[in-house]
Amino acid sequence: MSVATNRISVQGSEPVFHVIDEHDHPEGASTMLGFWIYLMSDCLIFAMLFATYGVLGGNYAAGPAPKDLFDLKLVALNTTMLLLSSITYGFAMLTMEKSKIGQTQLWLAITGLFGLAFLGIELTEFAHMIHEGATPQRSAFLSSFFTLVGTHGLHVTFGLVWLVTLMVQTARFGLTTANRRRLMCLSMFWHFLDVVWIGVFTFVYLLGMLR
Amino acid sequence: MTTNSHALHSNDHGHDDHGGAAHGSLKSYLIGFGLSVILTAIPFWLVMTGTIADKAVTALIVLVLAAVQIVVHMIYFLHMNTRSENGWTMMAMIFTVVMVVIALTGSLWVMHHLNINMMPMHDMSQMP
Repeated sequence: MSVATNRISVQGSEPVFHVIDEHDHPEGASTMLGFWIYLMSDCLIFAMLFATYGVLGGNYAAGPAPKDLFDLKLVALNTTMLLLSSITYGFAMLTMEKSKIGQTQLWLAITGLFGLAFLGIELTEFAHMIHEGATPQRSAFLSSFFTLVGTHGLHVTFGLVWLVTLMVQTARFGLTTANRRRLMCLSMFWHFLDVVWIGVFTFVYLLGMLR
Repeated sequence: MTTNSHALHSNDHGHDDHGGAAHGSLKSYLIGFGLSVILTAIPFWLVMTGTIADKAVTALIVLVLAAVQIVVHMIYFLHMNTRSENGWTMMAMIFTVVMVVIALTGSLWVMHHLNINMMPMHDMSQMP
């Protein structure tokens, strides 16, 4: 110790512990990759919920089966809403790249309305099922169904909260670099939810009706 | 990729020219949307009308179409490619796909066999 301090005091300069010629990364340069890795971890959550549904989905406990509960017309309408919201978010990203703030806000608002319609239809479906006694407590099938579809619905809900927040941010501060980055993250999140929904309507609804 | 492209992209935001996140164009979004509408409509139509009598065949077609649609969404909406972020998004995705496949097939396989082996022992309908 004494030797080390001696040496420093002899040199008379502060020890430097970082790489001096560290090259500079602009702020937020790694955000997109980081967010993508978050989405992948989210993907694992959904994979577990899908696996749970796959294992428990046939255990009706003498209760209602998918055929008694699901209305495919409603699910098709729901799928349409989410698909339309995906393309309108795409338009928002395109207008954002052209720095047209008004049009971006308009497309974001339309996306939000489609997302809201999706949630409304899903909640109507849930309310209808629960009214008929098909609650999460009824059977293992319904527990896993509500967990899987409900988790997706929660994601859409938080996506909507995020969307409104970013619309306020954009209205206040404009399409700054930070806001563009945030909008791109939400874009990935939103399209990712659409991908998960493909799994939901295929595994849960379509294959459920075929069972 | 070079200092030359730096100079050309004077209005560039972020780090894009170093293999950052990819962007879509109007054309790619519309192609993706068109494909996903078709790939969504066919399975719904198959199941709702019951055109194919064999349910196993219908299920297989529905699953294949879903897999194709997921790839379409990945490419046209999430702009997946091997170049963005120097290939790290692709690496992360491949890793996730491997994990998901192991978890899903493993769970379903093990629990299916468990069900088969447990069934004769515990017929729940005969329980008091």
